[in-house]
Amino acid sequence: MARGLAVTLLLVLVAPLLLLVTSRSADAVTLCVPKKDETACIAGTMGSRSDPIADVDVVLTKPDGTTESQTTAEDGKFSFQVDAAGEYLVGVDPETLPKGSELRPPSNPTLEGPDGALKVTVALGQTRAATLTVRAADYDDSTSKLEEAVQSAFNGLRLGLLLALASVGLSLIYGTTGISNFAHAEQVTLGGMVGYGFANVMGLPLWLAGLLVVIVCAATGYGQDRLLWQPLRRRGLGLTQLMIVTIGLSLAMQYAFQYFVGSRTVRVVVESATSVELGPIRTTVTSLVCMAIAVVVLIAVGFALLRTRIGRATRAVSDNPALAQASGIDTDKVIRLVWTVAMGLAGLSGMLYALVVNGIKWDTGLQILLLLFAAVTLGGLGTAFGALIGSIVIGLVVEMSPLVIPGDFKYAAALLILILLLLVRPQGLLGRAQRVG
Amino acid sequence: MSETTTPTTGSTGGALADPAERRRLMSTVTPEPGAAKADPILKVDKITRQFGGITAVDVEHLEVQRGVITALIGPNGAGKTTFFNLITGFDKPTSAGHGAHWEFDGRALNRTSASSVARSGMVRTFQLTKSLSRMTVMENMMLGAQGQAGESLAKALFRPFWAGEEKQIEEKALELLARFKLHEKRADFAGSLSGGQRKLLEMARALMSDPKMIMLDEPMAGVNPALTQSLLGHIQSLRDEGMTVLFVEHDMHVVRHISDWVVVMAEGRVVAEGAADTVMSNPAVIDAYLGAHHDTDLGDDDLLDDATMERLEQEVAAEETEREEGKA
Amino acid sequence: MDDIQNILGAMMRVAIDPQTAAVAIAVIGLNIHFGYTGLLNIGQSAFMLLGAYGFAISITQGVPMFFAILIGLALALVFALVLGVPTLKLRGDYLAIVTISAAEIIRYVGRSVGIGWLTDLTKGAQGIPGSQYRAPFTNLSFFGDGSTTLLPFNYTDVAGGSVVVRLIGWVVVIALIVLLVRIARGKVALTGAARTGAMVGAVVVAALLALFLVPVTQRNTGANGLWFTAVAWTVVGLSVLLLLGLTRSPWGRALRGVREDEDAMRSLGKNVFAIKMQALVIGGLFGALGGMMYVLPATVQPDSMGRTLTFFCYTALLLGGAATIWGPVLGSLIFYVGRAFVIAVSQTYLQDGSSPIGFMSNQQTQQFAFIVVGVALMLLVIFRPQGILGDKRELRFNV
Repeated sequence: MARGLAVTLLLVLVAPLLLLVTSRSADAVTLCVPKKDETACIAGTMGSRSDPIADVDVVLTKPDGTTESQTTAEDGKFSFQVDAAGEYLVGVDPETLPKGSELRPPSNPTLEGPDGALKVTVALGQTRAATLTVRAADYDDSTSKLEEAVQSAFNGLRLGLLLALASVGLSLIYGTTGISNFAHAEQVTLGGMVGYGFANVMGLPLWLAGLLVVIVCAATGYGQDRLLWQPLRRRGLGLTQLMIVTIGLSLAMQYAFQYFVGSRTVRVVVESATSVELGPIRTTVTSLVCMAIAVVVLIAVGFALLRTRIGRATRAVSDNPALAQASGIDTDKVIRLVWTVAMGLAGLSGMLYALVVNGIKWDTGLQILLLLFAAVTLGGLGTAFGALIGSIVIGLVVEMSPLVIPGDFKYAAALLILILLLLVRPQGLLGRAQRVG
Repeated sequence: MSETTTPTTGSTGGALADPAERRRLMSTVTPEPGAAKADPILKVDKITRQFGGITAVDVEHLEVQRGVITALIGPNGAGKTTFFNLITGFDKPTSAGHGAHWEFDGRALNRTSASSVARSGMVRTFQLTKSLSRMTVMENMMLGAQGQAGESLAKALFRPFWAGEEKQIEEKALELLARFKLHEKRADFAGSLSGGQRKLLEMARALMSDPKMIMLDEPMAGVNPALTQSLLGHIQSLRDEGMTVLFVEHDMHVVRHISDWVVVMAEGRVVAEGAADTVMSNPAVIDAYLGAHHDTDLGDDDLLDDATMERLEQEVAAEETEREEGKA
Repeated sequence: MDDIQNILGAMMRVAIDPQTAAVAIAVIGLNIHFGYTGLLNIGQSAFMLLGAYGFAISITQGVPMFFAILIGLALALVFALVLGVPTLKLRGDYLAIVTISAAEIIRYVGRSVGIGWLTDLTKGAQGIPGSQYRAPFTNLSFFGDGSTTLLPFNYTDVAGGSVVVRLIGWVVVIALIVLLVRIARGKVALTGAARTGAMVGAVVVAALLALFLVPVTQRNTGANGLWFTAVAWTVVGLSVLLLLGLTRSPWGRALRGVREDEDAMRSLGKNVFAIKMQALVIGGLFGALGGMMYVLPATVQPDSMGRTLTFFCYTALLLGGAATIWGPVLGSLIFYVGRAFVIAVSQTYLQDGSSPIGFMSNQQTQQFAFIVVGVALMLLVIFRPQGILGDKRELRFNV
């Protein structure tokens, strides 16, 4: 059995990734790669990853005063190769910016060069990121604050819904098996990656790709439980050990993504999404459709949990596995189903996430894992509906906190809220206090 | 022992080794719920605990006499273990801050943590034994000792601070292990002991702290009959050395055999108190056991006399016929 | 044979690397948390990062090195208190979630460029280059300039470096290591001083022989040179002694009691919260010390001390054996040497261009090593959760 486990473990890991083998070097982005002691790179994205700006002339001013310029592609990317260390200035040709917008000065004033350019210092063998963002030229702090808040709240809701898809599954797994699944976020990445494989590389229609993503990811969930978690439950492995197994799985998956897809951001759809304006909110059609899908799926999951036999059985197992088993519920079957559904949901979440923020990367999961845990803990460990509410709260906090604190603290803010909540209400928003002793 | 010490108020330790003396002492107590005792070591007032909407414990007043064995009995779900948890600080009463008050040996425990309760001399054991599995029997015992200098982080690195004390504790532990016949097992992991041996270990470990009162939660559950005898012997000898014992038990045979006083709980309340041989015939007790269905584990003893049993059976039968008629 | 000698050389360089020693120190701290007390701290990298920041920033601000070390330790102490107060009274998984979250917060704050004065201190994601804080430590060196080969007398001096000599040497090394593990696990009937003596002897002989077979040349004083190596491994030795002293005391016994059953400990009158807090602080201080050591030959870069480093620490700890004295050191060595082995082997045999069957790019060989680490961690926990030095008997009573 030991050897069988080892082999199946590898299979579980590698199987979904084989899908991606074909996709290596599918879209050719000529990225600068630094050579040790010879060259260095300055690269970045015009606009943001979720909202890149094409056809902008980015101008690099070298320490000796000479300049070099590049026009951004669809993904907003630019990448300069330089052969000397030193301080460079990265700016744009304002003529090429979209009408009515201007370059936003760097958030750290010491990095601001002339004409709003960004100072970047490189050493040979390094790649330095230069992030250039734009804002409306008639940008006015006082009047736009409210609009900005509404826009952020909308983005927060969007992020919250996508997180909820994944965190409901995480919470169900925790509830029924007690496992804190650290590899859950990698399943989200997997969803985006598989979506990239189907829609972008193989060119399938988006809806079909989405359907296949859910099926493939759900199958990995089924397979994982069948080949890994169920045998481990039977062996009586402790919860701490199981948690460390998930950590190992997450590590292996992250680097498997890098191995097969590379460390760049890949996109599910190549063309930019059509943008729409709803009152003060600017968004894309894709975002709205994704949110609608998330809402429908979440309602369906909620309905299934509350109204169907199997849903009630799941909640019973969550409440008290021993009692559920004694009352004739096949807990193994319920847990198998939970893994399958949870992984399917995580995959869907990853696919939608990749669509909404315009790409997915090997470490996307790494970034949202903590948001998922925060959401699940916030709502109350193991309560599916708590996870839903927790996700929305976390999504709002993440997107709205940049209104008051520096933008790169937004994840930190979400985690801080979690820690503060544990101080006052350790059982989470919807959790019940446990009987001790 | 009894001929040398004369009972004085506040310290009856040792004197109560004489059964007649105990009977005389307890006969002065009125057998009713919440009765006052001559020299209570534990006094409990207005403790309630609710889980959701269900009241698990609702004790108005209870006193536990010093130096005797008091049994706490009641049907399943009567709230005995929850009551234990509450007074030993493992759970907080819902009535905390609303009149809940309990004191041990004259010291209020309302706001005391579980560990402080233990340090003040009231040590408990658990229904499901909590042996420290991946530690040896000896290490389990050594942990029982109170106030060890070596357990302070500041002194841990400097052996001279605690080497002497460690030696004393070790001797004491060996003595207790010998008494509980666990001497042979001292180097084994506690997890490798049988269920009965774990109960013994837990009791021995509790005694390492020289408690004034020991609270045993179902000490006989899952213990084989041979060990039961020796456990009973140990409990009695603890009492004879002046310790107060409060224990939860299902087996009526055991209760009758060793307890000097019995407290009966049902649905969270104390419904009766009295000497072991009289309390069983108290109508409130019979009601309590009947009220909690008929599958009471009253033990294999002739707890209730034949006449009562007959009456119970008739009642059960009558109820059943009634139910069937209701269905039809 | 040259290929093999190169691979062995790469492994040996990692084996004596000060950063390996630094991780070993942090793992000793994690051993106190997780191995002895059962605290699921998944933020050990944050203790390391805070120690490193405290140390490096203090020195760049002109604080003498001794006080800089104290400041690094003080930061870890405060961090432990802040984490412990809300979580140590709750169930174990809350500590896990809060520590990993807090570690990320520290990393985000470290790499942030949003607050000017903070960025001036931490230098954002690029981090503080080692050259800015290394000097006081390098200046303490009394090793002088130049470079030294460990060992100066090596296989090339015997029979012209013949293959047979090297093979025999490796057989002896492997035999010594097996013997060592058997002694450590109590399979060889030795006690007291004889046991310690035998172990020290075996370690010294095996290490010397390994260096004889794979000589490494290091600069005496420069970054990552002999001075760094010597100090780092000396600190590891002292940390092991400290761990030995702490865990063999009644305090260490109380830690294990808490790990086994908190309620039982409460019923015995132990202040479980205080014990856990002390363990969290002590383990965190080891983490901070390891962090300082970790950045001395490198840079204080927040992203290099993130979750992955914590996971490495867990792998090393479980590999060596949780709740054992030598487990952290042995585990760190095996972990890093093993990883170097995977990287070196895949670069030699699996990389395109370097061998006929090669199919990986240079980056992919690194990623492949990480995948192996992840899978190894899983297999380890599933098949040998007690690690190399752990006691198999303990497994029967799973917690």
